Amino acid sequence: MSNVLHRVKKTAIPAVIAAATSLGMSAPAMAEWSPKKPIELIIMAGAGGGADQIARLLQGLIEKNKLSPRPVIPINKAGGSGAEALRYIQDKAGDDHTLLVTLNSFYTTPVIQEGIGVDVSNFTPIGRMAIDNFLLWVHQDMTDITDLDSYVAAVKAAGNSWKVGGTGTGQEDSILTAMMEKEFGYDVIYIPFPGGGTVAKNLVGKHIDSTVNNPAEQNEFFRAGNTKPLVQFTAERLPAYPDVPTAKELGVNMEYYMQRSINGPPGMSAEAQEWYINLFKTLFESEEWQKFCVEDGLACDTYVSGAELGTYHQQQIALHKELIEAVGASAITGE
Amino acid sequence: MEEILLHLAGGLSQAMEPLNFMMIILGCALGLLIGAMPGLGSVNGVAILLPITFLVPPTSAIIFLAAIYYGAMYGGAISSITLGIPGASTAVATVFDGRPLAQAGHADKALTAAAVASFIGGTISVILFTLFAPPLATFALKFGPAEEFSLMLLAFATFIGLGGDDIPKTIFSILVGLVLAAVGLDIISGQPRLVFGDIDGFLHGINFLVLAIGIYGIGEMLWTLESTQGEVVVHKVKMSLSQLIENLKDVKSYIATTSLGSVLGYFVGTLPAAGATPASLMAYGLAKTFSKDPDSFGKGNVAGVAAPEAANNAASTGSMLPMITLGIPGSPTTAILLGGMIIWGLRPGPLLFTENPEFVWGLIGSLYIANFATLVINIAFIPLFVKVLTIPFTILAPIIYILCVVGGYAPTQTMHDVWLMLLFGVVGYLLRKLNYPVAPAVLAIVLGPLAERSLRQSLLSSQGELSIFVTRPISAVCILIAVGLVCYPLVRKFKKKTGETAS
Repeated sequence: MSNVLHRVKKTAIPAVIAAATSLGMSAPAMAEWSPKKPIELIIMAGAGGGADQIARLLQGLIEKNKLSPRPVIPINKAGGSGAEALRYIQDKAGDDHTLLVTLNSFYTTPVIQEGIGVDVSNFTPIGRMAIDNFLLWVHQDMTDITDLDSYVAAVKAAGNSWKVGGTGTGQEDSILTAMMEKEFGYDVIYIPFPGGGTVAKNLVGKHIDSTVNNPAEQNEFFRAGNTKPLVQFTAERLPAYPDVPTAKELGVNMEYYMQRSINGPPGMSAEAQEWYINLFKTLFESEEWQKFCVEDGLACDTYVSGAELGTYHQQQIALHKELIEAVGASAITGE
Repeated sequence: MEEILLHLAGGLSQAMEPLNFMMIILGCALGLLIGAMPGLGSVNGVAILLPITFLVPPTSAIIFLAAIYYGAMYGGAISSITLGIPGASTAVATVFDGRPLAQAGHADKALTAAAVASFIGGTISVILFTLFAPPLATFALKFGPAEEFSLMLLAFATFIGLGGDDIPKTIFSILVGLVLAAVGLDIISGQPRLVFGDIDGFLHGINFLVLAIGIYGIGEMLWTLESTQGEVVVHKVKMSLSQLIENLKDVKSYIATTSLGSVLGYFVGTLPAAGATPASLMAYGLAKTFSKDPDSFGKGNVAGVAAPEAANNAASTGSMLPMITLGIPGSPTTAILLGGMIIWGLRPGPLLFTENPEFVWGLIGSLYIANFATLVINIAFIPLFVKVLTIPFTILAPIIYILCVVGGYAPTQTMHDVWLMLLFGVVGYLLRKLNYPVAPAVLAIVLGPLAERSLRQSLLSSQGELSIFVTRPISAVCILIAVGLVCYPLVRKFKKKTGETAS
């Protein structure tokens, strides 16, 4: 449908909308909305990380297949575990040309950092593009560590000086790290970096001891023999990592996923929301996107959009509040 | 070595293919225009032009994007020199001496120096890239938070000497910059700091370009208006071939600092955390520190234009390295290049060099050609750019004002930044009247966040032990050089004094 849309003469669109609204028409006119200026695609994490790669791939696919009459410009706002991006979107209330690519800090950051005054349940849900997974990674040179047991032993032996890299206090990986601290009864030093790519680089350069990166962030280093995964926090083994056991198989009940979704600011117009839902549906179903999902260990089975995604967000917010309570907000912030 | 030459020959011949060659020329020319527009910058430019790349094969597309990036690096210098407005953050250091040169009627000199230095910087860095990419990629990995912080310290040290003899005023200026850099959300805990009673706009921090455009664009305009009472002498700059050859002869006077700036720029560019803006500022600081005549910097020294221009082009080549080998873009523009690569199924990482050699070497080959093309295009356009300076100041001043407002508004599209930019303009004017150097404040606001993050990461990992900065060899060397740089102007001053009393 969006293909049809962009063929409509740009000059005609405002006129059609104006005419439609003045006549009190709604449903048929809705589909006539299309972007009138460049669309900002805000990434709540640094360049080179999982969300960044996704945003840039989506931008490219939109341009390549001419799905939007106006360009899409990805902008990284990684500050304060995504707080910078969330606040930016909140302040853009009512704007139809700003979108946010999320990670789970979308749920956690507003809970942990009440000071930023953001309520994501007001944001306009567009579409969920994928479910991302987590694995535990160490450097290949750590020959003593071959599995989860030897990892836990090594962390304990290090006392309180084991360094875990992550993308920010309160980000999903810090929650997973706190969950592991609680489960195995050890304490680590958590060092935040501005994005999953930088975390990966610091693991390869041995400035940190371990990390819970997403597959996309470590794949190339794994293939090059720099790093190795020890365990995956999924229900079943990912096709990309058939030899790596899940935590469940090892008797540890720990499963954690991350949604990758697109959301608009609070109060985005229904017409724009509709247009974006269709745009990202087209992208979700594209061959390129599905191929990317398989290669990068993402699950892209169903496209959840609009109100349905809003409900999903509500469930996830509740789940994350529970998780944060269970491990204690102070365990995450390290205070 | 033979293998490298073979690859390079392949890459060069690939870059010389008609389509690729055309993409280079087109990219350089477009980049030049994009870079010259204040506030547009290469990020937006590359993003807007991304669709064109889908019409051609992946290697040509990346070559095109790289050429735009390259051209924009130089384009930033044009508005820095002719209008005194930094077209992009990477060109801020170019204003320091470029603008005074233009005001003295030597815009052609400054523009030629910028073009030649960009060419030298680009060429030295691409040669370094060709010869040492894999070992340097390994070296870049050795840079953890502690090393990054020590490098930032080194950058600050190069600037202590920047304020001339008045070291206390320089330190004051650096501190003001650091405070401004701290505004916004805490980079580690995400708590709001210094947001002035919850003014929303401050939560996003202070955009560095807003400060630079305010201080240099508006501040300079006010200063010129006051000092001349509107009676600005219009310089008739004539650009002839003999004049050009004359200008090219200046190369001798800045070749040393330019080469130093190129190597430094390339190296800083390869570190994922830094990028071209810190590189250009550091190169400027170094050029001044090691100059025979440091007092002439900031008043129109050609070397002060050449050093940062060489460094920012070198850094833009350098930042290709972490993008290709680590998948970490060294700048927002390389992030867009990275996006392009992902779309074409080229996964950046340690294996890209071996698995897709024709792509990597095609890119490297194109950088050689792009360098040369930019030089030629630049020099050809200089007569056109200097024409800007023949416009009467009474007409030029309002144009500068409008461009500043547009440049302040464009990055975040909020009026908050426009007000802030105007405020910085007035403050910049006052600082100048009171004889405070502003360049160190500009440096501090760029490097402040980088330094703060790496300092806190280092101290987290060392559990508060400051010794982490001296026990790690690379970090220790950086600290040592930093201490040396702080002491160097003092030693020189002391020597000068003893020399005077002896004679």
